[in-house]
Amino acid sequence: MNAKKMMALALTAAMTMSMGAALVSADDAVWKIGMIGPLTGPAANYGTSVDKSAQIAVEEINAAGGINGYQIEYRGEDDELDSEKSVNAYNTLKDWGMQILDGCTTSGCSIAVSEKTKEDKLFQITPSGSADDCTKYDNVFRVCFSDPQQGIESAKYIGEHGLAKTVGVIYDSSDVYSSGIENAFKEESANQDFEIVVEEAFTADSNSDFSSQLQKMVDANVDLVFLPIYYTQAGTILTQAFTMGLDTTFFGCDGFDGMLEMDNFQKELAEGVMLLTPFSASATDEKTVAFVKAFQDAFDMLPNQFGADSYDAIYAIKAAAEKQNLTPDMSIEEICEGLKAGMVEISIDGLTGTNMTWSAEGNPSKEPNVYVIKDGAYSVAE
Amino acid sequence: MVSFFTNLINGLSLGSIYAIIAIGYTMVYGIAKMLNFAHGDIIMIGAYISFTVITTLKLPTAAGILAAILGCMCLGITIEKVAYKPLRHATSSLAVLITAIGVSYFLQNIALLIFSSNPKMYTSIIPFSHMIIQIGAFRIQTISVVSICVSVLLVILLQLFINKTRPGQAMLACAQDRGAASLMGISVDRTISMTFAIGSAMAGIAGVLLCSAYPTLSPYTGAMPGIKAFVAAVFGGIGSIPGAMIGGLLLGIIEILSKSYISSQLSDAIVFSVLIIVLLVKPTGIMGKVIQEKV
Amino acid sequence: MNRKNKSKASRDDRLTIVLLLVAYAAVMLANSAGLINSHMNGMLVPLCVYATMAVSLNLVVGILGELSLGHAGFMCLGAFASAFFSKLFENTMGVFPRFLIAILIGGLVAGIFGFLIGIPVLRLNGDYLAIVTLAFGEIIKNVINVLYVGRDSAGLHFALDQSKLGMDKEAGELLIAGPQGITGTPNDASFTIGFAVLLISTILVLNLINSREGRAIMSIRDNRIAAGSVGIPITAYKMRAFTMSAVIAGFAGALYAHNLASLIATPARFGYNMSIMFLVFVVLGGIGSTRGAIIAAVVLTLIPELLRFMNDYRMLIYSIVLIAMMIINWNPKSRAWIQSHLHRKKAAETAESDGREDA
Repeated sequence: MNAKKMMALALTAAMTMSMGAALVSADDAVWKIGMIGPLTGPAANYGTSVDKSAQIAVEEINAAGGINGYQIEYRGEDDELDSEKSVNAYNTLKDWGMQILDGCTTSGCSIAVSEKTKEDKLFQITPSGSADDCTKYDNVFRVCFSDPQQGIESAKYIGEHGLAKTVGVIYDSSDVYSSGIENAFKEESANQDFEIVVEEAFTADSNSDFSSQLQKMVDANVDLVFLPIYYTQAGTILTQAFTMGLDTTFFGCDGFDGMLEMDNFQKELAEGVMLLTPFSASATDEKTVAFVKAFQDAFDMLPNQFGADSYDAIYAIKAAAEKQNLTPDMSIEEICEGLKAGMVEISIDGLTGTNMTWSAEGNPSKEPNVYVIKDGAYSVAE
Repeated sequence: MVSFFTNLINGLSLGSIYAIIAIGYTMVYGIAKMLNFAHGDIIMIGAYISFTVITTLKLPTAAGILAAILGCMCLGITIEKVAYKPLRHATSSLAVLITAIGVSYFLQNIALLIFSSNPKMYTSIIPFSHMIIQIGAFRIQTISVVSICVSVLLVILLQLFINKTRPGQAMLACAQDRGAASLMGISVDRTISMTFAIGSAMAGIAGVLLCSAYPTLSPYTGAMPGIKAFVAAVFGGIGSIPGAMIGGLLLGIIEILSKSYISSQLSDAIVFSVLIIVLLVKPTGIMGKVIQEKV
Repeated sequence: MNRKNKSKASRDDRLTIVLLLVAYAAVMLANSAGLINSHMNGMLVPLCVYATMAVSLNLVVGILGELSLGHAGFMCLGAFASAFFSKLFENTMGVFPRFLIAILIGGLVAGIFGFLIGIPVLRLNGDYLAIVTLAFGEIIKNVINVLYVGRDSAGLHFALDQSKLGMDKEAGELLIAGPQGITGTPNDASFTIGFAVLLISTILVLNLINSREGRAIMSIRDNRIAAGSVGIPITAYKMRAFTMSAVIAGFAGALYAHNLASLIATPARFGYNMSIMFLVFVVLGGIGSTRGAIIAAVVLTLIPELLRFMNDYRMLIYSIVLIAMMIINWNPKSRAWIQSHLHRKKAAETAESDGREDA
């Protein structure tokens, strides 16, 4: 048995070496953009959306002549929602010759990888890494709102529009995104004219049943339930709320988008649900319609807001590169410096906002939209 | 008071689903002497089968339930034949446990490739308009009542089957002493196959009920309920069917009540702490038999 | 055990150490020749982490003969304790002494918890013991996920809710941020240090196995009642092995934490899934064989990475490979075939050790 294992080890080593050798030759005349996200595992729907949307953006740009006349080569790698695998994915892409990173999809992975991109002086734009620390270094930008931004905007909207006097919150205490928004929301609520009366959590290990959390909302008779969570749990929460007779307004954030597009979703459950999001797949503007159609044609599924962020990320890279007249034969560091300078100069109309601009800290400035679901479709709330 | 009883019923409802899964676990453990870690994923496959039949093919609900049960049965038998049987006589019982984990990964990834990672909303077997029973101030989900009744019914049927029929007696004999059973003319292979068939059929039923009550269906839907049911089976004394039932119900109630009255953040920790305390007081679970070890 | 057997055992252990050193030298040589790409280079420290975890769990499962499904919990404790220490003293200590102390703290904290958890756990047997270790692992993960620790001029603040931290928000610094865990742990780990941790852990375990104590522990595994009847203090020896295993898991955790800027406890990372992954290493490695466990850890960690070119089919192929390897390795018939064809001479010897492995 030992001999067999040694053989296996030798084989593995040989494979490793041969892979290393195979990856050296690279064509310099193309842009190489990489993407990292969970393509397998429980968060795969987010990573898949980011990956496929980036593919669409890249195809569109290539068809229209590329960036500054150079074509883009694109490659997405799986990180299984794990920081260590994310760094492995990053290293794989580096061996492939990646010059620009569209990633990572999730906050924790993005933070771990930003340590490496900083070292390598490689430009990173995370479509959906929303935690504050994601853009700690000056080579990292993001497309989505940060968690605190979303929490504060939501609290302001609820307060300023007098939507509620008493608010209940259900959030995922084991998730960076969800607890990040919740913390900021709670802090901002002190300045607003409503009160958080119930605050309930769930965890990734017990996210199938919400009856006890919802029962507390019923007991406290809250005017509004704030749900800074992902849409994957939304269906269960709304179904259970309906059966428990909890008849209040539900208010979600951008993670809530995607709910209506879930296979077989009972749209009447979502009637009156409000959400603060920069993107919705049911929006009727020209850009969104074209993107959603392209996505559906190519992959036979609907994109969510993660995908829209990723699509915008690729276009932001294009805009910044064109602003600074960058070409792919420059060094990775030159491209990074150029894009850093370009990012703060550009203003683009994307799927997730019009006139999007970026600060040198890496945060986007765009208008959040509040939608309300009416007759099974999104409409802009007043 | 109303909310306490509502919580209790919600706990029973969750617990009865854990119980059905746990019964499958415990049966397989009792006869095949292995922890089938893929059991939770068979549930998920069962849910996808019935989803496809009911929602995509638009066939009646009964056909969906039947398809889930039969599909899971075939799947269970196949898994046992292909992955577990070659290791039945391995020198360590851990070998087959690891294979079961491999099967679990396999089922999750095959579901990921076929059904994609985007979750699906499961159509409850209870029509939308009949979802609630209202008695005074109480609102009870119909599905809760259904799952509680189904779990009780299944335990009774299984007990009758095991104690009153010849194949049931054969299972009991295999559970006690496989060698002696085969000397008595019982086909051990067939009995183990039958156990997997019944256990997996239960997983099919559990899949339908689980997703009817908690409608988000993804390739990882079965994993956590599976591991919780495993905990429930141990809680009740692994190998004992009434034990699995009691373990499942208690686990559901403890989970809901700890979320409601102690802390929703720390409910996982509380549930597991209760489990540890119970096992320390009664080291073989609530209904487990103490087997005197002999030298 | 007679003397002849003993010398054979220690020869076998020396071979393990030599093989480890050869592997290290080969990697260093290949690295200096530029033969290792960044992907594999980045895998070196994780490989040491997983190999160390395999050594640690093999002590409990293979030598002590108890099934633990909570080893990721000890690794988690080691990781968080050491990263917390490093964050506290990030600017006040030199890199090397700080990392050395961090590793020791990781081991110490995991060891203390291993001891405390061992007191109740080791009274149980078989699957009940397994499920209680699983429960402890999940409790550790759950608590760490809601823990907030901040530091300001008034000292440290602990809370289970960020808003109740009572910290000066402007001047203070959040060290452990609930689900976001610890961010920005200094990247102190290197392959050489990782290898040293693995080597030391391996030597510790091999020494234990070959000592009087180790033989007593294995006698408990083989027949608890017989061991007790000849006066071996069963619980004390079990505790010793379990605690030592926890300490080594803590070392591995410290190594892991100082290799990444983001330390988060998720269901996949530090949950029961990860504990099961370690168990896979041990079982595939042959249960009880330290060398086998290390090799299995390396091979199984590399497979999914080397399968990256398979894209969507990567994890599916991995699961099939895992099932196939288990069946080939453990099916009595295929085992006999391998033994008769690959190393005919050793067949008798392995048959003997098979008997020993049957815990």
